[in-house]
Amino acid sequence: MTGRSPSIWQSMRAKGYSRRDFIQFCTVAAVTAGLESSALGKVVEAFETKSRPPVVWLHFQECTCCSESFIRSSHPIVADILLDYLSLDYTETLQAAAGHQAEKCLQDTIKNYPGKYILLVEGSVPMKDDGIYCMIGGRSSEDILREAAKDAAAVIAWGSCASNGCIQSAKPNPTNATPIHKIIGKPVINVPGCPPIADVMTGVVTHLLVFGMAPQLDSQGRPKEFYGRRVHDTCYRRPYYDAGLFVETWDDEAARKGYCLYKMGCRGPVTYNACSVTKWNGGVSYPIQSGHGCIGCSENGFWDNGPFYQHLASFPGFGIESTADTIGTVAGIATAAGVTLHAITTNIRKRKLIKDEVAESVETGKKAEGGDK
Amino acid sequence: MARIVVDPITRIEGHLRIEAVIEGGKITDAFSSGTMVRGFEKILKGRDPRDAWAFTERACGVCTTVHALASVRCVEDALKISVPKNAELIRNLMFCTQYVQDHVVHFYHLHALDWVDIVSTLKADPAETSKLAQSLSNWPKSSPGYFSDLQKRLKTYVGSGQLGIFANGYWGHPAYKLPPEVNLLAVAHYLEALEWQKEIVKIHAIFGGKNPHPNYLVGGVPCPINTDEVNALNTERLNHVGSLISGAMNFVEQVYIPDLMAIAGFYKDWAAIGSGLKNYMAYGDLPTRGYNYPEYFKFQRGAILNRNLNEVFDVNGRDSEEIKEYISHSWYKYADGDTKGLHPWQGETEFNFTGPKPPFEQLNVEGKYSWLKTPRWKDHPMEVGPLARLLVAFAKGNTEVKDVVTEALQKLNVPVDALFSTLGRTAARGLETRLVVRWMKEFYDQLIASIKGGDVNTFTREKWDPSTWPATAEGVGMTEAPRGALAHWIRIKDRLIDNYQLVVPSTWNASPRDAKGQRSAYEESLIGTPVANIEQPVEILRTIHSFDPCLACAVHIYDPEGKHVHQVQFN
Repeated sequence: MTGRSPSIWQSMRAKGYSRRDFIQFCTVAAVTAGLESSALGKVVEAFETKSRPPVVWLHFQECTCCSESFIRSSHPIVADILLDYLSLDYTETLQAAAGHQAEKCLQDTIKNYPGKYILLVEGSVPMKDDGIYCMIGGRSSEDILREAAKDAAAVIAWGSCASNGCIQSAKPNPTNATPIHKIIGKPVINVPGCPPIADVMTGVVTHLLVFGMAPQLDSQGRPKEFYGRRVHDTCYRRPYYDAGLFVETWDDEAARKGYCLYKMGCRGPVTYNACSVTKWNGGVSYPIQSGHGCIGCSENGFWDNGPFYQHLASFPGFGIESTADTIGTVAGIATAAGVTLHAITTNIRKRKLIKDEVAESVETGKKAEGGDK
Repeated sequence: MARIVVDPITRIEGHLRIEAVIEGGKITDAFSSGTMVRGFEKILKGRDPRDAWAFTERACGVCTTVHALASVRCVEDALKISVPKNAELIRNLMFCTQYVQDHVVHFYHLHALDWVDIVSTLKADPAETSKLAQSLSNWPKSSPGYFSDLQKRLKTYVGSGQLGIFANGYWGHPAYKLPPEVNLLAVAHYLEALEWQKEIVKIHAIFGGKNPHPNYLVGGVPCPINTDEVNALNTERLNHVGSLISGAMNFVEQVYIPDLMAIAGFYKDWAAIGSGLKNYMAYGDLPTRGYNYPEYFKFQRGAILNRNLNEVFDVNGRDSEEIKEYISHSWYKYADGDTKGLHPWQGETEFNFTGPKPPFEQLNVEGKYSWLKTPRWKDHPMEVGPLARLLVAFAKGNTEVKDVVTEALQKLNVPVDALFSTLGRTAARGLETRLVVRWMKEFYDQLIASIKGGDVNTFTREKWDPSTWPATAEGVGMTEAPRGALAHWIRIKDRLIDNYQLVVPSTWNASPRDAKGQRSAYEESLIGTPVANIEQPVEILRTIHSFDPCLACAVHIYDPEGKHVHQVQFN
């Protein structure tokens, strides 16, 4: 049987890359994944010899929306990912095996591919009261996570639960739900969102596989490729914001014309995500296009950033927009004049922002890793 | 005697564990335990009621939207808000979308591998599979070459030695009865369904901006209608919805239902296994004249006791004597003691974990053993879900339901009693999907007619501003999640959430027993289930999966003293 699909090294060679290029890719992969340089050999081997890299997907405190989002991927489609791209050896959501056979899948991957498997984690870990708030097979989720993370080549935190704790960490965080990067003591690629966009999820995984290295991350561990721009800055309704044309209440004339949702509480100005460019479900829409403001679901602590329908100016300390907005603020709620002033100020500030971002892009080209701002 | 531990069962809002006692090849007792908790009720306290839909939607990402719907309804109920006709229709379309996607994914991706042996497909004759496919329906992907290419792909996959998600299954177990050709057909549709399911949810993206977790709004829906504007729900968007509905009807009628009937025909013995409780309850849904008129719902409301289909009882979510939650065997405590039940408006959520602390091998089933509370209707344990919905509608004389049920029973040549079973639950899910896609088309046509008639309203404005609200208010939002009856209860005080309780379908079905020792649906349905080989308890998976909680379970086998009988090694 001629069954084996080409390894990543074989694919790269076919595309004209030299072995030197390949080693270089692996070096960056190792650095970004936080491996010691001595572990480099293992990464090279992992990507070179396995036709489909082994992958383990763990589930903790979550709602499975990340898994559901993943299977919505439109390019590539998930059937191709499962059959051709990777070997999803353990996933409580899709795998056929049950019982000890399922556990054996997990244990075999950890044992047989140390330093060579990719760990995907969906869900936060409850650290209160010895882990009694999430137990799987009679073990605490912390115990299972530590075991699986120890020898993983790369760790990806799916969604806001694993990246920043999401809803169960909202006040008063009854179970001390904790994101995984605070537990495992090694770098994590955070892919936040509730859930993340399907094509972003498969984009991050295929970035690892196709380019043989982790994507560039910002200071919060998020791939810049998808989390480098604010929803607000890439929103197709941005011109209405700049022009001071706002929806004042749901289903008013302004709403029916698709004006800016800023005054309805839209969190686009403080949310870094790909929604307004990549969009959702094969590019069909994204929240703002369908008439509801962004709730900021990919941002750390978004559940506690005030009521969703209260507009941003009411909350102090919200970065570059709040400063301008506060100028026109009376008793926490901005007046129409305030918002207009805000828009004008923002346009002036935007020039500096664009200048900074151009400079940053140039800088980024020189650096393996950089902070966002 | 052996004790089998199935842990975890996933794909519900939490992690589930089943412990089953097996004697003489049959299950004689079973215990169901929820082993994960997040404390939603505690997190919701003190927040803006208009935000609650977004919080509660995150209770479940598999049946996304249903908690958002229950939430906006309980707030609207408390504040006496009626939503415009268009909003009702759009919510119904989103509801139906969820059903069709969820039921298809359950059948192919969560349940099918209990019945379909993937390894056997390598022995199939693709030409015979093609003949079979063409005899079942007009679905175009049915040529010998199509199945032959798929078989080659599967051979390559298996030959790679990396079986991925198919590794270590119970392949070859004698309980698998499908011929290789049927298995090949089922695997082809497994992959097609995986691709198709991402299409139908685009309806959620159009109305709610994204899926999973589309946006909802107290008082209506957030997507405005404007057929003179590119920035709103316009003709192109409506056409897109219409196309997706047509595609769904084709997939359900030409792929899902023919596969369901073909596979069920090989497993008729499962019409006598897994029968479980004799009580069924549905809250009903798909309003046609508003939420307060359940008599006009497409899915009807009611309760059936002791399988008596001649009498359907009314169900009232407001009556403090009807729905109550008990915690005798749940890791919680009530201020006035753990023995009496509390109506959700009076509900309390105070953790009280009594052990065992992890790592552990067995639960203390004499005491508290689950993070799920135990809900009861007039102190009766009730099964909820597709079967309960069909039975309530059937008993109420709903002719649409009667027609599809009768047709299916005749095709399979089984009596009505066959419905009370593992197979019955799985079949009911498919049969209601047939109805739901038809209703989707009706709702879509009504939405178009409404817009054509000049009504573009999608939101009721009067009570949006909290300053218009009374000092205190309480409401209940009832719906039918794909998995069964779901309701949220809210108490609002000084414009903020004072108490919020969710009673979800998994709680009805998967809860621990009550103080009287009455088992809930999962526990009861497992009693009497044969387990041919305790090392490969595929039978437990079949019955538990028929409720649609999950895919994968980790099974641990112990003797009555709690020691490992042995480590099971396959493959």
